[in-house]
Amino acid sequence: MSDMIVLENLTKRFGDLTAVDAVSMAVRRGEVLGFLGPNGAGKSTTMKMVCGYLTPTSGTARVQGHDVVTEPMAVKAAIGYLPEGAPTYGDMRVSAFLRFIAQIRGFNGAEIGRRVDRVREMAALDEVFDRPVETLSKGFKRRVGLAQAILHDPEVLIMDEPTDGLDPNQKHQVRTLIKDMAHNKAIVISTHILEEVEAICTRAVVIAHGKLLADGTPEQLLRRDARHNAVVIKLAAGQAADIVAGLAALDQVAGVDALGDPVGGTAAFRARPKAGASIVLPVGDLLRSRNVTPEEMYVERGHMDEVFRKITQGDAQGGADA
Amino acid sequence: MRNIWIIAKRELAGYFATPLALVFIVIFLALTGAFTFYLGRFFDNGQADLEAFFRFHPWLYLILIPAVAMRLWAEERKSGTIELLMTLPVTTAQAVLGKFMAAWAFCGIALALTFPVWVTVNVLGAPDNGVIVAGYVGSFLMAGAFMSIGACMSAMTKNQVIAFIISATVCFLFTMSGLDLVLNFFQGWAPALIVDTVASLSFLVRFDAVMRGVIDLRDVLFFVSLIAFFLFTNVIVVEVKKSA
Repeated sequence: MSDMIVLENLTKRFGDLTAVDAVSMAVRRGEVLGFLGPNGAGKSTTMKMVCGYLTPTSGTARVQGHDVVTEPMAVKAAIGYLPEGAPTYGDMRVSAFLRFIAQIRGFNGAEIGRRVDRVREMAALDEVFDRPVETLSKGFKRRVGLAQAILHDPEVLIMDEPTDGLDPNQKHQVRTLIKDMAHNKAIVISTHILEEVEAICTRAVVIAHGKLLADGTPEQLLRRDARHNAVVIKLAAGQAADIVAGLAALDQVAGVDALGDPVGGTAAFRARPKAGASIVLPVGDLLRSRNVTPEEMYVERGHMDEVFRKITQGDAQGGADA
Repeated sequence: MRNIWIIAKRELAGYFATPLALVFIVIFLALTGAFTFYLGRFFDNGQADLEAFFRFHPWLYLILIPAVAMRLWAEERKSGTIELLMTLPVTTAQAVLGKFMAAWAFCGIALALTFPVWVTVNVLGAPDNGVIVAGYVGSFLMAGAFMSIGACMSAMTKNQVIAFIISATVCFLFTMSGLDLVLNFFQGWAPALIVDTVASLSFLVRFDAVMRGVIDLRDVLFFVSLIAFFLFTNVIVVEVKKSA
C-alpha cells in the first residue's frame, strides 16, 4: 500500500461558503507534502476532515485504507495529528500529558513509560518534563504538541503549521525532527512559510478558495516562476548595450530586463529564459564571443513567493503540474 | 470503558491541579455548615436528623455545580484542545461520559467531606442513619442531574461565564418547576397534563421525598433519566458544534 492518504473529491461547505471544493490527491510513504495556500484557503479544514474532526459534506478521505467517514476510529488511531497552534492541556505537566496520550492511544504498563521516554528524547523535552505545559515557551509547547503527535509512531503524520510563530532556531529544530522521521512515514504539513517547503518538502500542493491549484515537487513549482533559470549579469556600463542586444537575439531568451540604472559604471540586467530552459551556456558563449568579462553573473532559481502569488492570485485555472 | 476511565482520571486531576478544587470544597463545606446551623437552626430543632442539612443542598448546587461544570467543554473549545481530544481515538460519547463522571465524582468528594455533620448528629442523638444515607444518595443523584445540565450547557459555548449563567438558569427552572412561581406561568393557558408534567420535573419536590428517607424508585429513575437525557444532548451538541 503505497498511497497512505487518499482524498477523493473531499468537500466541506459551511452554509454558503465552500471551504474545500472537491479536492482529490494521494500521499505516499516517504513523502513530505507541503500544503500551501493563503489564509482561509481551506488548508486547516482539509486537515481537520482527514483527521476525523470535521465531517466532510461530500467525498471522503482514506488513511491507510480506512475511510474517515465510515471508520473514524481506525483513522484516528492511525494518524498523528498536530492541530493548529498545538493545543495542549495547560494545567497538566508535560509528563502527565504525554502519559495521558499514551494511555488513550492504548498503551499499557511499562510500554507507556517507554513511549513517553522515546518522544521525550526525540522532541528534546528533558528540561521541561516536570513543568506544567502552560508555563512553557511557545517553542516548547510546540514540541510537546509534536511529541504528542508522534507518540504512537504513526505512519501518517499531519501537522497544521508546525513552525508557525517559532524563532529561527526552533524552526530549525522542528524541521530537523520532521526530516528525520520522513523516510518511513507519509507526512503532511501546512505552512505559509515558503522557505519551509524548499527546506523539507518533497512535494508541494497549493490550494486557494478550497480548490487544488498546483501539485508538484518544489523544483517543479519553481519552474513556474518567469525568473526560474534566469541569468543575472553585471558588467561595465559601456558594454551593456551590445550584450543586451546579443542576449535578446538568442533563441532561448524570452526577454532582457535592466535592473535599475547603472551605478558606478556598472550595469545590471536579467535575461529571462523561454519556458524555464537553462540558458547559462548560450549566455556564457555569447559573452566569450564578444570578449566581455562580467563583474558578476549568476543563475536564479526562481522565488517560491512569486510562484505562490501567481498561482493563488492569477487565473484559478492553472492545472496541476505533476 | 477504558477510554472513559482515562478521560475521567485526567479531568479529575485537572480539578486538583488548579485552586478550583480547594476553593470549591472549602466554600461548599462552609456554606453547608452555615446553612445547616444558622438558617436551618439545627440545634434549635432539637431533632436528631439531617433535614436542616439536606434542605439547602438544591440551593447550593444551583450556584456551585454550574461553576464546576462550566469549564468542562467551554474551556476545551476556547483553548482548542477539543480538536486534540476529538482527533484522539475516543468517541464523543466516551469523552462526554468521562468528563461528566469526573465532575460528578468531584461533587461526590465534596459531599463525602461533609461527614462531620453526620458524626455530629450521631454524637448528639440517635438519628435514623437509613434516612441519612437516603439523603446522601438523593443529594448525590441531584448533584448529577445539575451536573449533566451544566455539562450540556458548557458544550454550547466557548465562554465559561455564559455557560455558567445559562446552566444556572436552567437548573433554577428545574429546581423551581414544582413551585407556584413557575407553575403560575403555565396554569392560565396550558392543559393540566402539561402543568402536571412541568410540576413533576421539579428537583425540590423529588428531593424533598428522598430527604425524608423515602427512596422512591420513580424519583431515582427521574434523576437517572434526566442525567441520561442531558448527556445524550451533550453528545449531540458537541458533534454539531464541531462541524459548524
